[in-house]
Amino acid sequence: MTGTIQAPVGQPVATRVNWWRDDASEAVWRTVALVGVLLALFIIGGVSRPDIFLDPSRFAGNEVIVLRQAASIGVVTVGMTFVMISGGIDLSVGALLALASVWSTTVATQSYGPGVMIFAALAVGTIAGLVNGILIAYGRLVPFIATLAMMVAARGLAQKISGKLTQIVKVDSIKQLAVRNVLGIPVLVFIFLGVATIAWILLNRTTFGRRTVAIGGNPEAARLAGINIRRHMLVVYALSGLCCGIAAVMVTSLANAGSSTHGDLYELQAIAAAIIGGTSLRGGKGTLVGSVLGVLIFIQISNLFVVNNLQLEYQLIAQGAIIVGAVLIQQFRVAALRRPAPPGA
Amino acid sequence: MKPESADLSRRRLMLGGAAVGAGVLLAGCTSNEDKNTSTNNGQTKVGGGDNAAPGKAVKIGFSAPAADHGWIRAITDNATKQAKLYSDVTLIPVDAGKDAPAQVAALQTLVAQKPDATVLLPQDGAQLTATGLAAMQAGIPVINLDREFSDSAASRLLIKGDNYGMGVAAGLYIGTKLKGRTDAVIAEIAGIDSLPLTQDRSKGFRDALATFGLRVTNRVAAQFTVQSGQDVTTNLLQAAGKIDAIWNHDDDQGVGVLAAIKQAGRKEFFMVGGAGSLDAMEHIKAGDSPLECTVTYPPSMASSAMSLARLIAQGKGLSDLVELQVPKQIVLASETITKANVDKYLPLGFRS
Repeated sequence: MTGTIQAPVGQPVATRVNWWRDDASEAVWRTVALVGVLLALFIIGGVSRPDIFLDPSRFAGNEVIVLRQAASIGVVTVGMTFVMISGGIDLSVGALLALASVWSTTVATQSYGPGVMIFAALAVGTIAGLVNGILIAYGRLVPFIATLAMMVAARGLAQKISGKLTQIVKVDSIKQLAVRNVLGIPVLVFIFLGVATIAWILLNRTTFGRRTVAIGGNPEAARLAGINIRRHMLVVYALSGLCCGIAAVMVTSLANAGSSTHGDLYELQAIAAAIIGGTSLRGGKGTLVGSVLGVLIFIQISNLFVVNNLQLEYQLIAQGAIIVGAVLIQQFRVAALRRPAPPGA
Repeated sequence: MKPESADLSRRRLMLGGAAVGAGVLLAGCTSNEDKNTSTNNGQTKVGGGDNAAPGKAVKIGFSAPAADHGWIRAITDNATKQAKLYSDVTLIPVDAGKDAPAQVAALQTLVAQKPDATVLLPQDGAQLTATGLAAMQAGIPVINLDREFSDSAASRLLIKGDNYGMGVAAGLYIGTKLKGRTDAVIAEIAGIDSLPLTQDRSKGFRDALATFGLRVTNRVAAQFTVQSGQDVTTNLLQAAGKIDAIWNHDDDQGVGVLAAIKQAGRKEFFMVGGAGSLDAMEHIKAGDSPLECTVTYPPSMASSAMSLARLIAQGKGLSDLVELQVPKQIVLASETITKANVDKYLPLGFRS
């Protein structure tokens, strides 16, 4: 064999003209579609509440609020995207968020000041994520089972520590985190963008990211290629835990309290956002841009419903419809790609 | 030893040391002892008069759903503490489990222990009715706490709060202040919308406002949790650029509601709370937020239920009433707490 790869004889080399038809274009198309959904939501908003969505300054103010409300679930979804791309799932994210928020707002922790509170939240999240990773990588538990157990246990521990009471934050700098803006944008949004950017670099520009995709796509091939799968899984789940810790600080500051009820159903929201963003439950596929857009769509929907004075039940129905719609489109598109090209194409 | 491995072991030692240090720090952070405030002090009471004197020793069973929320926790705390105040009462608490069938099973084991009376906050009134009936037929008086059985024969005494009345009290307060302003923007932040108690509260609120010619213009429902309170309120404040009054059904979620109001920097309206938590009362007293009033749904009813269970078990009546026995039904009034009377109510405030 020579070192060069040649196009099979008799077939033309894929022309650049048709680039949007090939497999690699899927992520681009999906991003365009998700942005389209967001724009459609804005148009619905413009029709139903022109006073908010067509007034530039009020619209901007509203969208800043949407971004701030999206920050915590967004960070969790970033961690979840890594886990799902690696072929796993993390059902414990909501419970870890609750545990980290409770641990970081006990009377004792608050007495040490904001630094220790933030450290406690991040450390608790990371350590609990590591436990998930150890159970999965070395205990050989299925991710679904291991993180399900962690979900139940972490919620229980959070209730035990808090005594099921709402732990109100008395430390001013933590409260200020949710209020403070830089250049008109909330600090929480900057943290979210920071986390998303670092994660994008990690996934797309480092060996760690490529290995995550490789493990999710074909674990056996990845192992034969010399990737230490166990250690890699450990890190992936710890990262997801760390994201929960960061989100816990955000939620604590927004709600002005730590509580064992925080992060309710976050696991489902994060999985749903990742899926409509194009991350595959089977692993090996997914983008952070898609996940972030998925989160924004969900938060925009709930904003749109409250702004129009509609009740929660409609919102849940709409969210369900969007999940199903996104997955159906994905399947049709994949099926279309696999179909042999018509003659003469 | 090769230099590399020495280096590695030193690194491991440092990492291990750091991990242990972090672990110790974290473990130390789980303490929730607060020396300044002790919880739920003023919510138990032994009355004066003949009934306070120790009587026949009685065993009283108690079952309430697991606390997932400050109010339910206060119920359990109060019942337990109230029972301890009497030297003649032995409390038999049974865990209610996760759902109504689990509570039915738990109550059957309780009935087998033959208590002299039992206080029961059902997971679901309708589903526990048959069990209440069976206990009554076995000669054990059942004190039905708050969530009502579907058959009144299933309990010797029903003691409950007034959800409809709570909505009326909130509506009266807001209506009185906004009287004559038919264009007023009045927002309602409900709790879990599928619960009958939420629907009763909302109906009372609407009915009371209607008597003033006012109506609810914006309504959102949270989940009784702090985070959901913050979330729906943030969006609500976007929906309505100017608000005159807000009624929030529940002071637990109210922590999040107040946080959202503060984050939005809005001050043009006043707010009424619900339930009567310590945190809400402290805000009312300090006057540092739009919250200027809360309407009660007091968990002290558990203490009263325990006292009444003791009297029923001992065959005594209420000393101020003419009748020889405890009445069949007690509905607590929803009281309105404002800055004027908050000091009197502070001891009754529960930690949410």
